[in-house]
Amino acid sequence: MSEIDTQRRNFLKTSAGAAAVLIAPGFMLFDIAHGKPQGASNKVRWGMLIDTAKCKSGCNDCVTACNRENGLSGGTAATDSQWIRKIELKDISSGREVSLPMMCQHCENPPCVDVCPTNASFKRVDGIVLVDKHRCIGCRYCMMACPYKARSFVHEPLHDQNPDVPRGRGTVESCTLCVHRIDQGGKPACAEACPNNVILFGDLNDADSEIAKKLRSLSSVQIRADLHLNPGVRYQGI
Amino acid sequence: MKRLASLLLCLCVAPTWAGEVTGTPKLDIGRGGQCVEDTQWMRKNHMHMLKHQRDEALRKGIRDEKISLKNCIECHASMKDDSVIARADSFCVGCHKYEAVKLDCFECHSGKRKSAWLQQRDAK
Repeated sequence: MSEIDTQRRNFLKTSAGAAAVLIAPGFMLFDIAHGKPQGASNKVRWGMLIDTAKCKSGCNDCVTACNRENGLSGGTAATDSQWIRKIELKDISSGREVSLPMMCQHCENPPCVDVCPTNASFKRVDGIVLVDKHRCIGCRYCMMACPYKARSFVHEPLHDQNPDVPRGRGTVESCTLCVHRIDQGGKPACAEACPNNVILFGDLNDADSEIAKKLRSLSSVQIRADLHLNPGVRYQGI
Repeated sequence: MKRLASLLLCLCVAPTWAGEVTGTPKLDIGRGGQCVEDTQWMRKNHMHMLKHQRDEALRKGIRDEKISLKNCIECHASMKDDSVIARADSFCVGCHKYEAVKLDCFECHSGKRKSAWLQQRDAK
């Protein structure tokens, strides 16, 4: 073997070794990123049952708790974010009055997801409808499409957000069902704060859960059921 | 051949040598320490990790605490102001300013350590 051949062989050997060392961190990245495979499960469908008979007119505790949890200003102007609202209904003929909280209904067939041009609006496998703000371009089609008027647009720059709830100007946002709490085994802030236990949170797919039992035994309605969106939030007593 | 070898050698040595150039940013690394990879690797690859993690966490609900942005901030926020973005020498700002790379994570995400943020909220 000539001298040049030996040199070439050694060079190739060294390069292969160097390449292996360089690629190794790539494998490490893969291992770490997939270290914890369990995410949201498609066997679960999160939902809420709201008992309007127990909901007190004038009580705003769910709204206050939501604002505090998610860092909303609490303003109700057209340009302020509102993730949950208290609504007073009155039947004119009988005079019967009902008070209820209204928020994103986490539809099974969400129109906001249908219209989103960037796939920012999406439904997680466990039924929670969210906005991926990394993708949201702020076109607000989803706000137009939502029959529940549940979404808000952030008009002004924000500071000092909750580390668990990123929010920013130029994106659309709405009730997340407190997904950061759910992923840690908790329940939404509004359900926790309600003094009258109006809001029952649970897994609609689990036949043994309290919410599924109640839905089986009591009469409840979906708001705008005529649209066949199959919302995850149900109401009783209206 | 020898010329090629020396060129390769230079390429390998250059990054370590460049790190010692005076005038590189002096950062407030907060509590510091290594939990994911070594410093040089993190400098080069943290953005890919964060981008991968954000999609997994938000869209699939896979929240790996170790490689989450919140966990980075937990250790690297300054011990003085609990932030990675508050000052020119803060952990994130220092390098991004030096490299002239726009840092837009914190237009939505909080740059504060969570414990400090909670304390501040409860004080209100």
